[in-house]
Amino acid sequence: MAQGCNGLNIKKSGNKNMNDKVIYVHNLVKKFGSFVANDNLNFEVYGGEIFGFLGANGAGKTTTIRILSGLSSPTSGEVLVAGFDAYKQPEMIKKNIGYMCQKFSLYEDLTVKENIMLYGGIYGMKLALIKKRVHELLERLNFQEYENRIISDLPLGLRQKLAFSVAVLHEPKIVFLDEPTGGVDPITRRQFWEMIYETASRGITVFVTTHYMDEAEYCDRISIMSEGKIVALDTPSALKKENEAETVEEVFIKIARPARN
Amino acid sequence: MVPVIESNGVYKSFGKTRALNDISFTVNESEIFGFIGPDGAGKTTLFRIITTLLIPDNGEIKVLGMNSISGFKELRKNIGYMPGRFSLYQDLSVEENLNFYATVFGTTVKENYDLISDIYSHIEPFKKRLAGKLSGGMKQKLALSCALIHKPKILVLDEPTTGVDAVSRLEFWIMLEKLKKHNITIIVSTPYMDEAMRCNRVALIQSGKILAIDRPDKIKEGFTRKLFKVKATDKFKLITSLRKYPETNTAWLFGDSVHLTLKEDKIDDSLSIFLRNEGITNPVVEEAGAGIEDRFLELMEKGAKV
Repeated sequence: MAQGCNGLNIKKSGNKNMNDKVIYVHNLVKKFGSFVANDNLNFEVYGGEIFGFLGANGAGKTTTIRILSGLSSPTSGEVLVAGFDAYKQPEMIKKNIGYMCQKFSLYEDLTVKENIMLYGGIYGMKLALIKKRVHELLERLNFQEYENRIISDLPLGLRQKLAFSVAVLHEPKIVFLDEPTGGVDPITRRQFWEMIYETASRGITVFVTTHYMDEAEYCDRISIMSEGKIVALDTPSALKKENEAETVEEVFIKIARPARN
Repeated sequence: MVPVIESNGVYKSFGKTRALNDISFTVNESEIFGFIGPDGAGKTTLFRIITTLLIPDNGEIKVLGMNSISGFKELRKNIGYMPGRFSLYQDLSVEENLNFYATVFGTTVKENYDLISDIYSHIEPFKKRLAGKLSGGMKQKLALSCALIHKPKILVLDEPTTGVDAVSRLEFWIMLEKLKKHNITIIVSTPYMDEAMRCNRVALIQSGKILAIDRPDKIKEGFTRKLFKVKATDKFKLITSLRKYPETNTAWLFGDSVHLTLKEDKIDDSLSIFLRNEGITNPVVEEAGAGIEDRFLELMEKGAKV
């Protein structure tokens, strides 16, 4: 359907620089034994783009994300992330991406400041730069009063905002967000999306998975995966039009029906 | 009609944290009653009191006319509870789990099979598989079967659809609809606003307090301001600009647009002039009907200001 059709519209629109391919995936296959988890995927994601990566449970999203973040090697096909090869340069990929997931992101028994310092160190940033970023980050989030509080004392919404800021502390080319807004209240969710927009406007690509289909509408483009294949890839409005649907949720239900149960 | 659940001024604290703050509501027979709210709102604490697993600090919950503390033994026979975290035996098979729950409640799978057949038939082909090896959707169906196997009058479901994809969520709600025919009263919690519309009545809950209780359509009607949908290509610039517009009351991101309310509820040319000066070309502004999430945002803001 929409696979690999993006080459047709190379242009610059808004903050998105379509000549800057931050992710390039060509004929990606990943097998576990005889099971094909990723079945010939083709897509590109551009600089400053907010890309929604959707699919049913078990469709193969996690496998793809693990490959894109340098944690797993493809079986075959071409994968470049931030310009680095997924087979030969997984360590370079790891240095140039950020990652945040709902389940684990910050060390609960460290303070806000200690977490930022720790991640800055892991990313190999210079101490002076880390200190500068700590200051900027606390100010931007209006978090000064929380500087020396341990994470487990913070409300979920604040933790998630901090986790996101820490994931982009080293100004990566791309940040992966795995279900970032699960369980937060509607106000916090919106503040979180404003942070995502702000980050994308600085040229950082945001690659996000979510089960909230209304959130998919926030993305510049979305892909929908089903049984290891990408079955749709376009802007939310184009997909709605094509599938004669009012919402992305309807689109999803029409085309992402899993084979089992 | 005697309500199935009646809660009167229930309080519960854990240390300094007040989890429930004056919770009162009633649930009628065969209703699907939803508690809609974020993590930490108090949903699980409340469900644990309803299911007789926790004792309130103050106030009382009556279930089927019995006090949740003194009537706990009788009540446990009549309540099916599906906790938020998957809590079946991962090292038992599908079939073994179901048989185990039936035995604990002094019944057999055969006796109540008609109640669960619709749900269980989906996983029956995998009945020899260990529960821990099931997919998310299948775990959910097994947990629901186990919660129903003693034919309870009340089914309590704590976030049954969290982390479940949109297709499986839809199927799950269709299953709940069918259970109503067996006169089972269902209490369900969810952080997904869109699921509120599938309940007969809902309570919006935040920080241990109920913000509103009503039919979902009535809750929407509680939003009395004029709501405008504003669209532009650069959404980040749009929301930042709208926040600066002097007439703006609230501006929230809603998918591909911004939902805007204005101080005087009146819209004039000054908005498009303002946006043009901010460098936003061709914004589209139209009046729109409010959804339940608009109302929740409004109530949350009011709650925060008090």
